[in-house]
Amino acid sequence: MFEGWDAVVLARAQFAFTMSFHIVLPAFSIGLASYLAVLEALWLATGREVFINLFNYWLKIFAVAFGMGVVSGIVMSYQFGTNWSVFSDKTGPVIGPLMAYEVLTAFFLEAGFLGVMLFGLERVGHRLHFIATLMVAVGTLISAFWILSANSWMQTPAGYAVNADGQFVAADWLKVIFNPSFPYRLVHMVLAAYLTTALVVGAVGAFHLLRDRHLAGPRVMFSMAMWMATLVAPIQIVAGDQHGLNTLEHQPVKIMAMEGHFESHKHGAPLVLFGLPDQAAGKVKYAVEVPKLGSLILKHSLDAPLAGLDTVPRKDWPPVPIAFWSFRIMVGMGFLMMGLGLLSLWARWRGTLYQSRLLHVFALAMAPSGFIAVLAGWVTTETGRQPFTVYGLLRTVDAASPLAAPAVASSLIAFIIVYFAVFSAGVIYLLRLMAAPPHHGERGPGEDAPARAAGITPAAGATARGTA
Amino acid sequence: MTGAIDLATVWAFIIAFAVFVYVVMDGFDLGLGILFPLFPKREDRDVIMNSVAPVWDGNETWLVLGGGGMMAAFPLAYAVLMPALYTPMIAMLIGLIFRGVAFEFRWRVTQGKRNRWDIAFAGGSLLATLAQGIALGAILQGVHVEGRHYAGGWWDWLTPFSVLTGIALAIGYALLGAAWLVMKTEGPLRDKAYHLCWFLLFAMIGAIGAVSVATPFLHIQYTQRWFGWPNVILTAPVPIAVAAVTVLLLRSLANKWDYQPFFLTLALFALSYAGLGISMWPYIVPQSITIWQAASPENSQIFMLFGVAALVPLILGYTGWAYWVFRGKVRAGSGYH
Repeated sequence: MFEGWDAVVLARAQFAFTMSFHIVLPAFSIGLASYLAVLEALWLATGREVFINLFNYWLKIFAVAFGMGVVSGIVMSYQFGTNWSVFSDKTGPVIGPLMAYEVLTAFFLEAGFLGVMLFGLERVGHRLHFIATLMVAVGTLISAFWILSANSWMQTPAGYAVNADGQFVAADWLKVIFNPSFPYRLVHMVLAAYLTTALVVGAVGAFHLLRDRHLAGPRVMFSMAMWMATLVAPIQIVAGDQHGLNTLEHQPVKIMAMEGHFESHKHGAPLVLFGLPDQAAGKVKYAVEVPKLGSLILKHSLDAPLAGLDTVPRKDWPPVPIAFWSFRIMVGMGFLMMGLGLLSLWARWRGTLYQSRLLHVFALAMAPSGFIAVLAGWVTTETGRQPFTVYGLLRTVDAASPLAAPAVASSLIAFIIVYFAVFSAGVIYLLRLMAAPPHHGERGPGEDAPARAAGITPAAGATARGTA
Repeated sequence: MTGAIDLATVWAFIIAFAVFVYVVMDGFDLGLGILFPLFPKREDRDVIMNSVAPVWDGNETWLVLGGGGMMAAFPLAYAVLMPALYTPMIAMLIGLIFRGVAFEFRWRVTQGKRNRWDIAFAGGSLLATLAQGIALGAILQGVHVEGRHYAGGWWDWLTPFSVLTGIALAIGYALLGAAWLVMKTEGPLRDKAYHLCWFLLFAMIGAIGAVSVATPFLHIQYTQRWFGWPNVILTAPVPIAVAAVTVLLLRSLANKWDYQPFFLTLALFALSYAGLGISMWPYIVPQSITIWQAASPENSQIFMLFGVAALVPLILGYTGWAYWVFRGKVRAGSGYH
């Protein structure tokens, strides 16, 4: 199965696999935690029952998704040591503190207040409970701050020196943390998380509206989600464009790979819409191009010269076909989201937001689009950084642990089996929770008879239940 | 480097503290998983799960702090130990995945299928515990280092000694779990936990004894550390204190007290942990890398020290508050039948 795969390739495959499974969960949790805080605030402000029903409905979903995010996250934090020990040794003094701060400022905050958020509404009162919900939401955002700072430093290292042991050391912590690509990546990822969650919430709302358009809960969640798509999808496209220009400045080779620019163009580069990049031949086969548009987008001028991969040694090329296609998938999803937002705005204006079956089917079909875009975006940025783990400074082949291939292959197979078993079950439970509409008197994970200290009630409909 | 208090020493104590907090907090909820097969009744299992459901996630976060903190403060040790402990680490992660999701999943299935996640909870807890204990034993025996790399094979960790420490930790966690149940439950469930405490306490004393006897045989340094003159004046109080705590524990069990068994078991853990520290100091990878050799540059350690000094008290505060919110006995639910 793994013939011709050395330990480094296996370690890369393992990172790609475990990271892909992990990243969609925090993306969903970041957006959902903020959405829950908004719902609870609206409930406290208006006292309308629909908001607390929606809060408890999405809280149960949050609990399942968050649990999966935590366990897959622990795998990520230890994987640096097990599979990338040289990377850990060399970058530990710089990246280690960023991750330690993530634990201290974010993970503990989330975990510490999660129990109260899930099971404590009856025990601590509304105001304290709302503070707990806010703390969890803030924790998810702080977590994004630190981990994206660490990742951005690997992409655009700054503020460092190298010591006698060959380790990177921080010369200026502010420059390390706020490295050149970090602000762009942070905005782009947080918006992505919000959009991802909005598309899921909108799809669940649409699903129930297709069955019964008069349900109060689905109407409210669908409307809220469509506002998010309408307003944020265009902003995200602009943020992505700015992020791209920043990448052109600091990681030009990554942009060449994303755009399929094998050749340099002295008088205006085309925009390659589609094609089959051929790494070996060094050109894009069957390319569909728009002349001059590449220079216009990247340089804001039709005739600006643009260097291609022919100016870069082949040993420094990223895998062009992967970066090229993942980038197009991400952009395509972004424009589809904007389309959905505009269509919902049109329906809203005509007063058919809750009646338009076309809109609801479209919104339902878009349920996974946020996850797909997040994954495609991470694949683009991480493969585009290759062949380096720390851009231009530490090669991926030099960063791996001194392990035998069978060891890495065994752990990869084990993770694949475990992840598919566990996370497919999780997805089934999430879908089961989403398949039932929020109903009158919806209960949270732990609201139960006051005689109990803590507990979780099973999902509505999953078990026969007594009266509460 | 002298023995004066310096940054590396401070950080060694911080990491040791984080790992110890992890051991005592996740220890009892891993222990509950190990004891799960002994509580076949569904109502009992629901109560056991509910007693830790609000706090397990925070408990596990200390493990992430231990690993992340080690990468930041002692990157060389992290880079050497993780590949050396490759298989136990992967096994621990897989165990933690199964038991972690079981907390959420077991409530989401029909009653008949709940068993599936109960098995995942019990099996995952036992696997993670054995892996942690084996890793501990493997660290104590020392690993093969060349330059800045681990240079041994990927089965070096497996020895009779590491298997012994794995079993010892499983017994210890199970005792913590049983003592937690004594504190948090009532009725027949609590009575059963008491009986388990008796049995597990004797097993734990046996395990502590076995590990203590075996350790000096690993390396002459350990023997000199514990039994050499004048060290013995400083090390002798540890076994004496273990004996004293054991007596108090027996008394608290005989009197059927609520809180004392749990906290006295924590004291036993603290003493065993201090014993480990005495054995290892000042090595972070025994016999090969000291804390000073592994230490991060000073500015990394100082940068993080601000965060630890400001945030750890705060974290302990709100974590304590969460435990306070869910204080008291957990009763069988009336919400599901």
